[in-house]
Amino acid sequence: MAPAPSAARATIRAVIALFLRELRLALRHPADTLAAVLFFVLVAALFPFGVGPSPELLARLAPGALVASALLAALLPLDRLFGADAEDGSLDQLLLSGLSPAAIALAKAAGHWTTTGLPLLAAAPIAAALLNLPGPAWGAAVGALALATAILSLLGTAGAALTLGARRGGVLLPLLVLPLAIPALIFGAAAIEAAAGGLSPRPFLLLLAALFAVSAVLSPLAAGAALKAE
Amino acid sequence: METQNTALAPDAATPRASWHRFANPGRFLRLTEGAMPWLWGAALLVLGAGAVWGLWLSPPDWQQGETVRIMYVHVPMAWLAMGGYLGLGVVSIVALVWKHPLADLTARELSPVGAAVTALCLATGSIWGKPMWGTWWVWDARLTSVLVLFFLWLGHAALVRAFDDPERGARAGAILALVGLVNLPIVKFSVDWWNTLHQPASVTRLDAPGMHVDILLPLLVCAAGFALLFAALVLSRVRAAVMERRIRALELARARRAEAAA
Repeated sequence: MAPAPSAARATIRAVIALFLRELRLALRHPADTLAAVLFFVLVAALFPFGVGPSPELLARLAPGALVASALLAALLPLDRLFGADAEDGSLDQLLLSGLSPAAIALAKAAGHWTTTGLPLLAAAPIAAALLNLPGPAWGAAVGALALATAILSLLGTAGAALTLGARRGGVLLPLLVLPLAIPALIFGAAAIEAAAGGLSPRPFLLLLAALFAVSAVLSPLAAGAALKAE
Repeated sequence: METQNTALAPDAATPRASWHRFANPGRFLRLTEGAMPWLWGAALLVLGAGAVWGLWLSPPDWQQGETVRIMYVHVPMAWLAMGGYLGLGVVSIVALVWKHPLADLTARELSPVGAAVTALCLATGSIWGKPMWGTWWVWDARLTSVLVLFFLWLGHAALVRAFDDPERGARAGAILALVGLVNLPIVKFSVDWWNTLHQPASVTRLDAPGMHVDILLPLLVCAAGFALLFAALVLSRVRAAVMERRIRALELARARRAEAAA
């Protein structure tokens, strides 16, 4: 049964309001976002210590290292995604508001990406420079990181909803989310590598976009089903 | 949990109701009690026959020599890892849609066995890969996707047990199992989609299987034996879980009585 147009509009307005609430909360506590960005740059800076500072070796390693560190950094704030709301009762209020749990999850995922994924993108040039990524690949790196972190935000929202209220949920969350994020890592690194080698990153970016499309549909549904159980 | 069940239970006239009868834990225990020794016996018998046939009587491969015998463990483990996950998916759907307590328990008890089987599949594959490919591990599409399958099994086993409320854990685990089903076609078709080191399917093909009968038959017997063993292990675990739950309920009732008396 399709909802009436006015009801659909009300849902969209509620989702946007929830999204703006996430942004406002993140702006009032910028420490979480800053921590994720710092973590990203630090992990990227660890690779040169591990493999040695040889520029050729680093450039060879850069695509995978960049995407992997971005995914790890985006994982950091996920275990508090629903936790804070569940503790102060606002999650119960949201679930009672009549908004579908999947829509709540979608707004949360969008909020997570805007407050974690976007700042990571802004820090990507620093990490790329630390890893000596070849210049022509920087554009592809931004595109691949944007899509890969968006996929992680969606998967992570589902993971956060599933582990909400679990003992050791913070440890469990990466165990659930990272295996599912492997395809995003593979195609993201392949896109950057193709651009660094002078090839077109387009096919890999399109595959990433396809992954994003699939997870944009499935993840909120899974997260919503998990939230309903709360 | 059990009271809820008797409420749904048997109106044997309709087929749906007769299917629901098996969700009653008491009936499940009674039905499986007689079957368990037979299932264990059949598993050990078939597995013993398969082991003798595969390890001694079947001929060595003309190319791989004696190492081909690793296949009699490796391939059944791979089939069970994937088939078991498919079973986990089915059980999870049943648990989510009909809220069968037995489906929850089966999913909970399935994942450690599935993780063990997948780990054995990876380990035997690694032991086989060393003499054949010259390496313990390659980041080939099939190997990587099976590794992901292993993590999914472990994640499910950990998630189901991570909640103080077992029902919440069962529900989260069921959703995770359904999400993880996405990986299953990737495992199955990885050897066709990517041209990698792992050989493509040689038994389940539309035309004739790509191996000689002398090797195929013991393989099928071993697969049947391992499948029986898998079923016996899972059923025993589910039976133990039902009884454990019952004991906990009895102990709770006794504690409550003692409290009321005091």
